[in-house]
Amino acid sequence: MPFALETVGATVHFGGIYAVNEVSLRVEKGARHALIGPNGAGKTTLINLLTGVLQPSAGKILLEGNDITGLAPHRRVGLGLTRTFQINQLFGDLTPLETIGLAVSERMGSGGDWWRVAGSRPSVDKQIVEILERFHLADVMLERTATLPYGKQRLLEIAVAIACRPQVLLLDEPAAGVPEDERHEILASVAALPKDVTVLFIEHDMDLVFSFADRISVMVNGALFTEGTPDEVANDARVKAVYLGEDVVDE
Amino acid sequence: MLTILFDGVAYGMLLFVLACGLSVTLGLMNFINLAHGTFAMAGGYVAVVVVNRLGVPFFAALPLAFVIPAVLGVILERTIYRPVYARSHLDQVLFTIGLVFMSVAAVDYVAGSQQVFIQLPRALEGQFNVFGVGIGKYRLLIIVICGLIGVALQYALVHTRFGSRLRAAVDDPRAARGLGINVNVVFAITFAVGSGLAGLGGALGAEILGLDPQFPLKFMIYFLIVVAVGGTSSVTGPFLASLLLGISDVAGKYYVPKLGAFVIYTIMIVVLLWRPQGLFSRGSTR
Amino acid sequence: MIGPGSGSLTAAVAYHLARRAHWRGLEIAFWAITLLTIFLLPGKHLILTEIAILGLFALSLDLLIGYAGVLSLGHAAYFGFGAYAAGLFAKHGIIGEPFFALLAAGLATAALGFATSFLVLRGSDLTRLMVTLGVSLVLREIANRYDGLTGGADGLQGITVAPLFGRFAFDISGHVAYVYSLAVLFILFLVARRIIYSPFGLSLRAVKGNPLRAAAIGIGVNWRLVWIYTIAAAYAGIAGALLTQTAQFCSLDVLSFDRSADLLVVLILGGTGYLYGGLIGAILFKLAQDWIAGITPQYWQFWIGLTLVVIVLVGSERMAGLLGPIRKLVQKA
Repeated sequence: MPFALETVGATVHFGGIYAVNEVSLRVEKGARHALIGPNGAGKTTLINLLTGVLQPSAGKILLEGNDITGLAPHRRVGLGLTRTFQINQLFGDLTPLETIGLAVSERMGSGGDWWRVAGSRPSVDKQIVEILERFHLADVMLERTATLPYGKQRLLEIAVAIACRPQVLLLDEPAAGVPEDERHEILASVAALPKDVTVLFIEHDMDLVFSFADRISVMVNGALFTEGTPDEVANDARVKAVYLGEDVVDE
Repeated sequence: MLTILFDGVAYGMLLFVLACGLSVTLGLMNFINLAHGTFAMAGGYVAVVVVNRLGVPFFAALPLAFVIPAVLGVILERTIYRPVYARSHLDQVLFTIGLVFMSVAAVDYVAGSQQVFIQLPRALEGQFNVFGVGIGKYRLLIIVICGLIGVALQYALVHTRFGSRLRAAVDDPRAARGLGINVNVVFAITFAVGSGLAGLGGALGAEILGLDPQFPLKFMIYFLIVVAVGGTSSVTGPFLASLLLGISDVAGKYYVPKLGAFVIYTIMIVVLLWRPQGLFSRGSTR
Repeated sequence: MIGPGSGSLTAAVAYHLARRAHWRGLEIAFWAITLLTIFLLPGKHLILTEIAILGLFALSLDLLIGYAGVLSLGHAAYFGFGAYAAGLFAKHGIIGEPFFALLAAGLATAALGFATSFLVLRGSDLTRLMVTLGVSLVLREIANRYDGLTGGADGLQGITVAPLFGRFAFDISGHVAYVYSLAVLFILFLVARRIIYSPFGLSLRAVKGNPLRAAAIGIGVNWRLVWIYTIAAAYAGIAGALLTQTAQFCSLDVLSFDRSADLLVVLILGGTGYLYGGLIGAILFKLAQDWIAGITPQYWQFWIGLTLVVIVLVGSERMAGLLGPIRKLVQKA
């Protein structure tokens, strides 16, 4: 059975720097797979590679066994691969209602519909409602996104990605910048994702990583350093050294 | 054919001097200044008035054609340009188009709408005959002056302290400020020099390009083409772009008169499609 | 307010989405008054026709700038192309009946728009400004050079426009011309309004706001831009064709940079992004032009320039502030 998401020798280099160096990552279907590593390790670059924002200098990207390396970003969404951004990328002038509505109608193929009034299809409305409720956005659904508090914007960022009904979801530091008291909402919504959806997420918050992940990959300097279950990685001295900068003690 | 090449080089050099100020303005402050041609026109008319009316010798008029637009540039920059830096590109376009319209109408009102000519000194009329190739004296002068300016600019940019401050400010204004570089002053000086050069180009170009109140509008597209094709991150980029465009335009108009004007537009469209950031620039699109 | 429970939330969602497209009271009033001008201002039909045509032209650019976020300095290219197309259809008897000629001119301009749309897909604002300006200048050069076809600087002479639908001859006072232009404007406005409130229209606003995010939710940004550019070109072409048909004349100035610049003034006066900006701006512009032309005919360009400079310095947010209350009423009522 093919992996939900796989890279084979993916490499990105500009001008002599290898941002991503021969990374072969495998994500199982239904996994909660964390990608961790020091700053500048190439994690976000890898996400950009997976979503098609960047083209690899070498290597392949496979989604459910199909080669998507040459596909444009919006086509990958159509195949079930969506992402969130580390820094919120939202539509400032649109309301959450319009944003979610747009994502849902795009997914249902009516994005090119120029005649019907947006929101006149009940099936679309029901799905919008379901997402708004799940992410606690119903009370702010009519306000301009740019005016929302950061925590709500972060929820919207994740809600939009979920509204596309992904098979594989890439989360880039979902809790980043969110105040302590609002983190639990973010964590809860991430934890409540359907079991058959594959999740690959970058995080620096180790509590979140160890409570949520069933597999962890560590990236350092653009390459995959090590990989394993949370226990294995937690007890790996080399990982600690990489994060804390200590000399590795040879046993 | 060599004459055409020669004329094309002269034309290109002229375009370079005219357009390099615009290139730096765009690269430095991300400001689309469509009114750049106004400074060129100012320099041209200064030279016309000074030479024709006041009897000042041509070569003395050229520095004036640099200085007066430069001063004008500083005044405008400090007063009305400043608030517009932070605005959207649409606003900048609207603002500078407004300035162009005002200047065109004002000059038309004061000087009339006919083309004006500068009385060139006798020494610059006619050609040299070098190995059977006709080398226009005036055009030779242009090549020499503009070439020297180009070299001087490149030297200033690469080998002087001001030049490195300018390059730092173009690369990353915020970081440059953090290093203690007074970006506002750098920009004011650069804007002044760029406007002055445009003025000088206007004076030099009056004979070749034709000077009338419509000048800023007629030549706006040429300046923009030089900047778009040559990029905004160097002196050499616009220089090479100007040469390319100058030679293509002259050659195109000579060999294919019916379609000559299209050559330059077609090159622009092709280049922008192929490399939106310009043929010669290093950076990403802004 | 939104109550608890999915049932009422679903209703609220459906209500608020549908409400975007509801006709506001002010809108209805606007068109009612416009309809009345046919009967109440018979002496003004000539200038009202010009306003209607300018309004349609401005509407087409608003679709580009206000909704899709594409800056264009050369929209006159499509206006002029439509104008010349209609002129040539009439002059050489290719399509006799004006309404069909109008449709044909619109289709031809749409084809041109489609073909040139790929030019604005890539690149920064500056690139787009340049490329669009370049296209309009190229078109103007072509019209200038091939003067055997276009009449060159003298313009296309000898256009006689047949009666509309074979029955309504264009009269000197411009009554038929006005009703014709107004009807075309209204129909195209309705279509544009439909587009704006559709999922496609919403996706355009998303593309304008954040193209990266738009692609990340599956929007094929390039194709959306191609379509809206084509539509905007078609609208501009129809406006140009209307001008030729109502004025029975067409010359190089339909392709000039001044046209594109005037249009930017119209949109800055009326505001972008809410469909009525082009129409309101056209009214203000034409009235101002009429007034100023009475005072200083040849230096109109100076006053346009000054208007642009002042408006930008004062701040288009503050300008929008003047029209803001009107705009909010139109959008929210």
